[in-house]
Amino acid sequence: MDPKIFDMENADVAWCPGCGNFSILSTVKKVLAELEINPEDLVLVSGIGQAGKLPHYVKSNVFNGLHGRSLPPATGIKAVNPELTVIDVSGDGCMYGEGGNHFIHTIRRNPNITNIVHNNMVYGLTKGQASPTTRANFKSNLQVEGVFLEPFNPLSVAIALKASFVARAFSGDMDQTKEILKKAIKHKGYALVDIFQPCVTFNKVNTFEWFRENTYYLEDTHDPSNIGEAFQRAMETDKYPLGIFYVNNDKKTFEENLAVYNKNKSPVYKRKVDLNKLETLINSKRSI
Amino acid sequence: MSDDSSKEDVSIVICGEAGQGIQTVESILVQAIKMGGYHVFSSKEYMSRVRGGENSTEIRISSQRLNSYVERIDILLALSDGAIDHLNQRITSETLILGDEKNLKSVTEYDTITIPLFKSAEELGGPIFSNVIVAGVISRVLNISSEIFNEIITRMFSRKGEKIVEKDLEAGKKGHEIGEQLVKSGKIKIQLTKDPQIKYELLLSGTEAVGLGCLAGGCNFMSSYPMTPSTPLQMFMAQNGVEFDLIFEQAEDEIAALNMSIGAFYAGARSMIATSGSGFALMEEAVGLSGMIETPVVIYVGQRPGPAVGLPTRTSQEDLNLTLYSGPGEFARIIFAPGNFEDAFKLSQIAFNLADKYQIPVFILSDQYFAECYYNIPSLDLSDLKIENHIVKTDENYKRYQLTPDGVSPRGIPGFGVGVVVVDSDEHDEEGHITEDLDLRAKMVEKRFTKKMEKIREEVIPPELVGNEDYEILVLGWGSTYGTIKEVVNELDSDKIAFLHFKQVYPLSSDTGKYLKKALKTIIFENNINSQFGNLIKLELGFDIDETVLKYDGMPFSVEEVTNNLKKFLEGL
Repeated sequence: MDPKIFDMENADVAWCPGCGNFSILSTVKKVLAELEINPEDLVLVSGIGQAGKLPHYVKSNVFNGLHGRSLPPATGIKAVNPELTVIDVSGDGCMYGEGGNHFIHTIRRNPNITNIVHNNMVYGLTKGQASPTTRANFKSNLQVEGVFLEPFNPLSVAIALKASFVARAFSGDMDQTKEILKKAIKHKGYALVDIFQPCVTFNKVNTFEWFRENTYYLEDTHDPSNIGEAFQRAMETDKYPLGIFYVNNDKKTFEENLAVYNKNKSPVYKRKVDLNKLETLINSKRSI
Repeated sequence: MSDDSSKEDVSIVICGEAGQGIQTVESILVQAIKMGGYHVFSSKEYMSRVRGGENSTEIRISSQRLNSYVERIDILLALSDGAIDHLNQRITSETLILGDEKNLKSVTEYDTITIPLFKSAEELGGPIFSNVIVAGVISRVLNISSEIFNEIITRMFSRKGEKIVEKDLEAGKKGHEIGEQLVKSGKIKIQLTKDPQIKYELLLSGTEAVGLGCLAGGCNFMSSYPMTPSTPLQMFMAQNGVEFDLIFEQAEDEIAALNMSIGAFYAGARSMIATSGSGFALMEEAVGLSGMIETPVVIYVGQRPGPAVGLPTRTSQEDLNLTLYSGPGEFARIIFAPGNFEDAFKLSQIAFNLADKYQIPVFILSDQYFAECYYNIPSLDLSDLKIENHIVKTDENYKRYQLTPDGVSPRGIPGFGVGVVVVDSDEHDEEGHITEDLDLRAKMVEKRFTKKMEKIREEVIPPELVGNEDYEILVLGWGSTYGTIKEVVNELDSDKIAFLHFKQVYPLSSDTGKYLKKALKTIIFENNINSQFGNLIKLELGFDIDETVLKYDGMPFSVEEVTNNLKKFLEGL
């Protein structure tokens, strides 16, 4: 499939020139094409922020909802129609700040969706404030004395919750990012892909150069089925490892756990109400 | 209650501590009374605690249909030391007080009849059996056959095993014996006409009437967060999930619940949530999302007194304004407030069709009193039930927000057709993509509000007029006050007075002004301090209601309260 299928010809892209989001956008299109996913069978779900705009630049079904609230509708969409490919695209503020509670509980729920989080360690849309992943001493228009909160570590949180797929990528390396995304989308169950992505306008600390110097790929010998090792590697923050940290193939997905799909695999929205059953239920209220 | 009572209805109140099993007594008795051939109505008031405190259940028994709460207590079963104090304001010299000596020994201001409840229960194996004994006493006093009573006990307790059933049957028998003695002694005499047809009727709670309506509306997805008094509806839907191909998910919070349900409707389901005041407040942002992305959803709000946590287990009509103005920005909505079970069923069913048709949030306003009351009705009408299909198959040029004369764009869903369905909480163009074209913005606002509201106003459920059409005095009410006000107005039996009940509170029926202007004087009853509905009428029609009767202590209006207030109003004219 040609990635151009996903192009939006008239899209008025609102990102700054040089933004890390551009390479994520073109990588996502390539991944979708390589996986032969049709635009009409794909739903991109997002919240608010610079990352949240990505779905508008891809030919696809789109649910661009509220800030921090992308995972609940993504879960609802997948539950109602498991035949759809559902990808949630959010930023670090949206997913780990405003939507932190949904992040935790969606991991527990384990819908078969992919959760891409553009992590640039800063708030872009609101112009430069600290995000949950901002590192210590980062000064901004609101953190005037510098950040002193412990940075949120999405990978260790996800692994602690036994998330079914946990990975980190870097937008500066499109080839590896593409491979990681492909595996994440093909994975059955909730898949987190946190993507380091420099904000060229508001983060003068964590630049392309900085990310290149402060990241490295997990060795081929890393065993993603070993949760202890995965957790240990996720806790490394001197230099951040990249790659697939943890995979748990034993978990049933949210949809598989739903009783409505036990015997009947057709999406619930295609089913009709059985009025005879309703009448039986109503009449049951006539007797004890 | 005088000895020679030949009242048309009897009000029995059972009062005790939480955890004593009063709800079990209620469950047994409402069934027994209906199966015994009487009309029955029950409502309860209870504290927000699992053990202790004082809770009471009122059960009315009559040869006439009932749907209202009275303050009067004809027979009180006092099952705790504090029962008399708790109900002191409702007890009169006419009240017959029954109870164990242990609980009544300090009662001096009233005559009481002691019955050996605890001793009998102890003999059967423990105090737990006292609730079935109590049910047995009442059942006998009401002349309900042991066969009916025993069948109820057997069905209700069969899950707990044969031994328990046997014990409970014995407890019931003991209760019957005590009741027999009371009747023979002449201390209690109740003569109500039975109608054997009643046993074939439906016995429902307000919650079940709504729940059945939601199933009839094709609801197949519900996500919610537990909160009294909306939890029972969540339970009803969850428990019927497998049978009706319905997904129920308990969300991590109310915010997730509504966002998830909106996602489900977007993907082709018919979804809903159930919540109450503070929980709903958390959902408000997502109500705006439903309005903005024109994705339908049905929202059930079981009202309770606020603000904040308020009185979790009590009743109010305080959240009309909250629902009416919920969500930032301006968009169309519909708000229903059923007052009887037939309407609760029908409006809940219609709510899904209308949400789907106009692509808006539709609200069902209930409250603790309505959700938790029980009574019998002849049937629910399924004949004109229709689950309308408002989903279109998309083509390549599909535009989710195509501008149309009536403001409604054909709604596609992902995966059905070759088009893509783009919805966006930002202001958007016809395709659904972000725009800052301000002319288009204005058109989109008109589409979402003015144009839709114009069509919605054409099919408003009209208010129901009870009483003479040539009235001079018009009594107004909405939602759960229906049964009580109706009973009073019927009882007053005056050509001059009529009652206008609103089951759709927004938008208002175009007939409203006509009804109001015809009245010489108007009076409204509401369970809030601001007369929220009266203010809405003023806002929409510029009409001032002459008198407001407002109650906000957490209890529903009683027949006596409405009667007294109406009489006072009439005298003052």
